[in-house]
Amino acid sequence: MLEHIKMPQLGESVTEGTIDRWLVKPGDHVEQYDSLAELTTDKVTADLPSQFTGIIQEIISQEGDTVDVGTIVCSIAVEGSSMTSKATTHSTEKESVIPDKSHNKKSDVKRSAVQDGSKKRVSPVVGRLIDDYHLNIDLIEGTGAGGRVTRKDVMNAIESGIMSSQLSPSEQPTTRAAAIKEVEPEENGDIIIPVSSIRKTIAKRMVDSVTQIPHAWMVVEVDVTELVKLRNANKEQFKKQEGYNLTFFAFFVKAVAQALKEFPMLNSVWKGDTIIQKKAVNMSIAVASDDELFVPVIQNCDQLSIAGIAGQIASLAEKGRKKRLTMADMTGGTFTVNNTGSFGSVSSAGIINAPQAAILQVESIVKKPVIYGDNMFAARDMVNLCLSLDHRILDGLVCGKFLARVKELLENMSLSSTSVY
Amino acid sequence: MRIISYIEAINEALTEEMRRDDNVFVLGEDVGKKGGVFRATDGLYAEFGEQRVLDTPLSESAIAGVAVGAAMYGMKPVAEMQFADFIMPAVNQIVSEAAKMRYRSNNDWSCPLVIRAPFGGGVHGGLYHSQSVEALFANQPGLKIVIPSNPADAKGLLKAAIRDPDPVLYFEHKKAYRLLKGEVPVDDYIVPIGKADIKRQGDDLTVITYGLMVEETLKVAQQLQEENGISTHVLDLRTIYPLDQQSIIEAAQHTGKVLLLTEDNKEGSIIGEVAAIIAEHCLFDLDAPIARLAAPDAPSMPYAQSLEKDFMVTADQIEEAIIKLAEF
Repeated sequence: MLEHIKMPQLGESVTEGTIDRWLVKPGDHVEQYDSLAELTTDKVTADLPSQFTGIIQEIISQEGDTVDVGTIVCSIAVEGSSMTSKATTHSTEKESVIPDKSHNKKSDVKRSAVQDGSKKRVSPVVGRLIDDYHLNIDLIEGTGAGGRVTRKDVMNAIESGIMSSQLSPSEQPTTRAAAIKEVEPEENGDIIIPVSSIRKTIAKRMVDSVTQIPHAWMVVEVDVTELVKLRNANKEQFKKQEGYNLTFFAFFVKAVAQALKEFPMLNSVWKGDTIIQKKAVNMSIAVASDDELFVPVIQNCDQLSIAGIAGQIASLAEKGRKKRLTMADMTGGTFTVNNTGSFGSVSSAGIINAPQAAILQVESIVKKPVIYGDNMFAARDMVNLCLSLDHRILDGLVCGKFLARVKELLENMSLSSTSVY
Repeated sequence: MRIISYIEAINEALTEEMRRDDNVFVLGEDVGKKGGVFRATDGLYAEFGEQRVLDTPLSESAIAGVAVGAAMYGMKPVAEMQFADFIMPAVNQIVSEAAKMRYRSNNDWSCPLVIRAPFGGGVHGGLYHSQSVEALFANQPGLKIVIPSNPADAKGLLKAAIRDPDPVLYFEHKKAYRLLKGEVPVDDYIVPIGKADIKRQGDDLTVITYGLMVEETLKVAQQLQEENGISTHVLDLRTIYPLDQQSIIEAAQHTGKVLLLTEDNKEGSIIGEVAAIIAEHCLFDLDAPIARLAAPDAPSMPYAQSLEKDFMVTADQIEEAIIKLAEF
């Protein structure tokens, strides 16, 4: 058994000692308490006693060396005694216990951090920077415990410039805003409109969406002549019976809800490192009042009939106009349909209602001469459906298939095949 | 530049100040012929004689009281407490007399004295030779408390303390005496009281500490930089009362992650006050909870070496705390 002799501490405040002279050499037999060397410190001169009985194995510190207290100066091969073997077991035990303990501790820390959902936990400084630079925390890779986004991660994102060009309106927009101010000084007669808090929210959501989501656009033209007949035939009776209007919009929402069931990728949500395909189809519908825009939600839209959807639209629109929409009415949307046709638009590029994957604009139904059947012209009711898609989640192919399916569903809605109930 | 030890730097500051100003004198137990139990006043008796290097009875209250009286009469006493642990009998003189003299006499009188006291553990000193007592004095306006962390600061801070117009407690770490060696300018200079000092630049986390813990932290920081790429910012408080708030705030804001270190017992220690300053001023710059590493709240340093090691803040503990904070 090899034991080490260390430089002892010879008095308070003494941190090192000098080996003056070795009294033994390798191979010498020494008894416990025999002097091994003469030491000096700046306070005392003393002998270095052996703690063991055995054979000197190696002299590590040479004569004249000044070494720190605790430094190994020589080694002794010990003849096995109960004392020393006890000490040895103890020290090996200690060695094996310590790493275990620290290992456990570390994994404990990690585990609890993960359980806390650290990715979601935002420290004060990260919260402030995200706000100041208008960043989307979901886009920043977290390197902290449990994937937490650290201050350094945010700073790196800002400095890397990706953020400043794509995500952060911080510097450029500020300077742009300043520039606008300079070119457009107030003149007599200009009206200054204070920005309401709802306008601010709209502005922030629009800026976030446009700066963070790579938008792409598609348009299909749908022949809804039969659908128009279907709706017009039911219109009067329906109003009398149900007390609200059977709008075209309800038919479109129904077709979209059904197609979303078949193409669930369009009914998903962007979460940074994951995409969540939502099971429920909760349809956000845009409702405008004079100066405000609300996007209430028809919950579980896929489970409703056309009449049921029309009822929901009527009640949500009514609530919106009267400013009685609750948070429950506004949350949980998985896809948005926007009735741009109601104010006459025939083509538009919608801004995605983040974190949803896409938005569909239903434009005006317009009577148009189109080629019908073989080489015939006919006056048909045509409508454009404009889709804006988040190109991070969706590609053209799946969206094309989705739009084709919506088109097919709408074109097959007719008096003979479709019931509004 | 020449390299000398922490205790040589203290001895040099005393010698130079006594040569510079005849009003400076030292007093304490065994400071004269013996040159101090740690040899901090070595050579002073031979050079300046018994009129300016006074061996006193074993009465700390008297040492402090004589110093207070002499200081009021325009002398510049540098009193030595043989160990900071023995300063308790002198507390009344220091707190009720020295600290309040200028205030209660409406600026008619002042008390420009320095009290030097070796403090700190890790030297196998047991109860009466290991304590950290700085927190006891750190809520007494009128007092200043400095604790140097290296030889150059030791010399510059002692000179500044001797020249200061008000009472200064100068705590020197007894383990640092011969452990710490470093470059010390030969020329006359002071280290300003009330200014903390950045001892290492880094951007992952900030360690704020003082005394011997600075050296321990710097060693760990260097090692972690090389092995783990962790970049540690180290602020040495140097003056622990009153604290340099501006430097503390800047250092905390610099990284947003702060580890506070002291070898004193944790509860009620200086670093609690540092934490309060950061909490007051830096909430929206913080990226992690403020972390503290200190000795356990046990009455005193154990004598047994294994237990003493357990009581002290060790390099391993510092390393673990830094890694934990860096990974947060």
